[in-house]
Amino acid sequence: MNKILHKIYLFLILLFLYAPIATLVVLSFNASKTRAKWGGFTFKWYQALFQNEVILEAFYTTLLIALLSALFATIIGTIAAIAMNGMKKGSKAAFMAVTNIPMLNAEIVTGISLMLLFISFGMRFGFSTVLFAHITFNIPYVILSVLPRLKQMNPSTFEAALDLGASPVYAFFKVILPDIFPGIISGFLMAFTMSLDDFIITHFTKGPGLDTLSTKIYTELKKGIKPEMYSLSTLIFITVLILLLLVNKTPKDKKNKKGSLQEEIIL
Amino acid sequence: MNKKWLSFPYLLWAIGFIIIPLCMVFYYGFTDRDGVMTFENVVAIFSPEHRKALFLALLLSLISTILCIILAYPLSLILAKMGNGKNSFLVIIFILPMWMNFLLRTLAWQTLLEKNGVINSILTYLHLPSLTIINTPAAIILGMVYNFLPFMVLPIYNSLSKIDPNVMNAARDLGANGFQAFLKITLPLSMPGVISGITMVFVPALTTFVISTLLGGSKILLIGNVIEQEFTQASNWHLGSGLSVVLMIFIVISIVVSSLSDKDGEGAGF
Amino acid sequence: MSNRLIDLVNISKSFGSSLILDEMNLYVQENEFLTLLGPSGCGKTTTLRIIGGFESPDQGKVLFNGSDIASLPPNKRQVNTVFQKYALFTHMTIAENIAFGLKIKNKSKAYIQDKVKYALKLVNLDGFDHRMPDSLSGGQQQRIAIARAIVNEPKVLLLDEPLGALDLKLRQGMQYELIRLKNELGITFIYVTHDQEEALTMSDTIVVMNQGYIQQIGTPETIYNEPENAFVADFIGDSNILGSIMLRDELVEILGVKFACIDKGFGENKPVDVVIRPEDVELLSPNETNLNGVVTHLIFKGVHYEMEVEANGFTWLVHSTKMVPVGAFVSIAVAPGNIQIMNKPVSEDEEATAIDE
Repeated sequence: MNKILHKIYLFLILLFLYAPIATLVVLSFNASKTRAKWGGFTFKWYQALFQNEVILEAFYTTLLIALLSALFATIIGTIAAIAMNGMKKGSKAAFMAVTNIPMLNAEIVTGISLMLLFISFGMRFGFSTVLFAHITFNIPYVILSVLPRLKQMNPSTFEAALDLGASPVYAFFKVILPDIFPGIISGFLMAFTMSLDDFIITHFTKGPGLDTLSTKIYTELKKGIKPEMYSLSTLIFITVLILLLLVNKTPKDKKNKKGSLQEEIIL
Repeated sequence: MNKKWLSFPYLLWAIGFIIIPLCMVFYYGFTDRDGVMTFENVVAIFSPEHRKALFLALLLSLISTILCIILAYPLSLILAKMGNGKNSFLVIIFILPMWMNFLLRTLAWQTLLEKNGVINSILTYLHLPSLTIINTPAAIILGMVYNFLPFMVLPIYNSLSKIDPNVMNAARDLGANGFQAFLKITLPLSMPGVISGITMVFVPALTTFVISTLLGGSKILLIGNVIEQEFTQASNWHLGSGLSVVLMIFIVISIVVSSLSDKDGEGAGF
Repeated sequence: MSNRLIDLVNISKSFGSSLILDEMNLYVQENEFLTLLGPSGCGKTTTLRIIGGFESPDQGKVLFNGSDIASLPPNKRQVNTVFQKYALFTHMTIAENIAFGLKIKNKSKAYIQDKVKYALKLVNLDGFDHRMPDSLSGGQQQRIAIARAIVNEPKVLLLDEPLGALDLKLRQGMQYELIRLKNELGITFIYVTHDQEEALTMSDTIVVMNQGYIQQIGTPETIYNEPENAFVADFIGDSNILGSIMLRDELVEILGVKFACIDKGFGENKPVDVVIRPEDVELLSPNETNLNGVVTHLIFKGVHYEMEVEANGFTWLVHSTKMVPVGAFVSIAVAPGNIQIMNKPVSEDEEATAIDE
């Protein structure tokens, strides 16, 4: 009885979370141009998508910024996490507090603060300002997913490698890096996802002429969203869904590694 | 391993892109266009329209936060009990939806909620009274709960799954029935998660301008909308910054409250 | 067993404001099983880490075969360590773990394979090559940690409380295994522990440490039977330690009663400490000796009974195979050879204040 109630509750929550997503998928096949009416099933928006250079350009920009910002954030964040792990309590707490600012502060405040910074330093708004902004809010995700991995590590493993003749650099790449790698990967994926889904901070730090998918959609709001946007989103969503299913279906013998990696991805 | 210089890249980055920008908000907030110091931009929060926008934002975000707790707590309990397979479920709830654009996701609620939208069609089919909540504060609340619910579930789930099952067994062993054990053991032990969840939901809900733009029509202005307009349309950065300073007071209060309750300093969130 | 392999000369080390080691001198002979024994914070692990190269001393020399290696990094030393909690590389197989040091030294594939096989055989874990560390029990992981260290043919193996995480039964088994390994390998072991039983079982030499100072160096028999001060006596096994007066050679007054002993050269009427092991206390019928008392506690311990006897204001700890009921009146006798006379530990108080500074 209880179990059935649990299942029903889970189902309702899933319905709540996925109803809008299902709606968008349905709209991508809607022959009618307005989202208010169902005009029959069609693939034409998928064909139109590949001719719509404005949307494809925005998609490319979005991906490039997500990739680059996640990459830089992963490098800076991982190095920072290693440094923080070796710090004394006081300075570590100070670094932690700074790291938490972009996580806890309102996105709108982060956005305008960066906008004011770029204005004051006379930077030209465009790709680089958005990239800087994204790296900034991505670093904390990397730090917060690498740091627990480092903490878990037995500090003696590094010393054991030295003891067995490894140089400190060799020991880092052979012993520490593999141990914290799942954390680095999950930090990267988290950063990538966050960057991809961001609208508010991009909104304040982009210049005219540059658009990510989010800002493109925002400017289209008043005129009405182009149905190609729905088909692009559906394609992205389905791709990720399939990737996730594949990850879940990987052979069981690597279960241990995969399990911990997956946990990392979530947390 | 104790290489101090490793922290320099991040230190420089944090100063340049976190600390200095925040100082700039304060600088702009407390000066006018001529660079003269003034409290005008901050005091402007008391003008009727700004006050109204702030109160409405506070009210809506408060209601959304409470709704999130009500929805998230049972969900977290169920997830914590499930054990196996909960990982993939968490991915389904949190990560996967993020790959559908945030604006489109929220916008889809328009299609669902419209007068002749999907929900109303179903309600009419079932001979139930139809809903007219699109372009009302209720729609904004729905959008907030929809977008921020995961941020409530995760910390609560984390604190619940940290509870040693033997603690519950001990409570039962000492004569507590299921409900008493929940009330006396589970609930207090999960409080840090709830409080951390409150910050994670309340702050973005209080400061949003997107959800109100998408689901509230053009008439309902929250404090986030006001600030956004000062920056993008009115170009009065000083006023916008001043109002942001006020907003940050509320953010700081909620962060302080949550860090006071988060004694392990682990940050139950994320 | 005469060659000094390692010589620590005037080693001092402090962390922040706390002095961990103060001008310590210690040498280790070739092929010796030497144990550093003491309570936590006594400096034993720091000593080991200085030999391993993980800490550098603030002052003093670390001589290895006569040359100073104090500034040599750990990866350049002919010394390997078995760490507390093993420190295995969890992302590598057992074989990869063991081969780690050999690969760095660019040994040939065939050589490495042979060595890994040999090492696994040595620690009785044949066929574990392709397992992952996580799938092994604590005792097995411990043996892999040892195998990983010894394949590099170190001159000295350092062991930092290697059995601390194992349960009692396993620990005892591993003690014999370690002795066997040492005999087969013929290398020097330096072993750190706070467990006096472990130290007594395995060592050729025990170094008892406290608060950064060496309290006594000796064979297990000497340390147990002839502790040099009250700290050593108290730390190594149960004992009755009594403030007494050495009246003259071979006569000591304990709790107002004269006892014959065999020690000489303490002077006349000199205050001393006396150690009497509980198993050396004989309980006789009342008034058979001049020290009378009453049994106040009795516990059965398996091999023997443990009793407490109140006599002349001191609670004597007594181990005996003969049971005497609580409330019974007895008298106490100790054979002269079982009375161990020690100088008062003035030095320990001095040391304590030296550390406070």
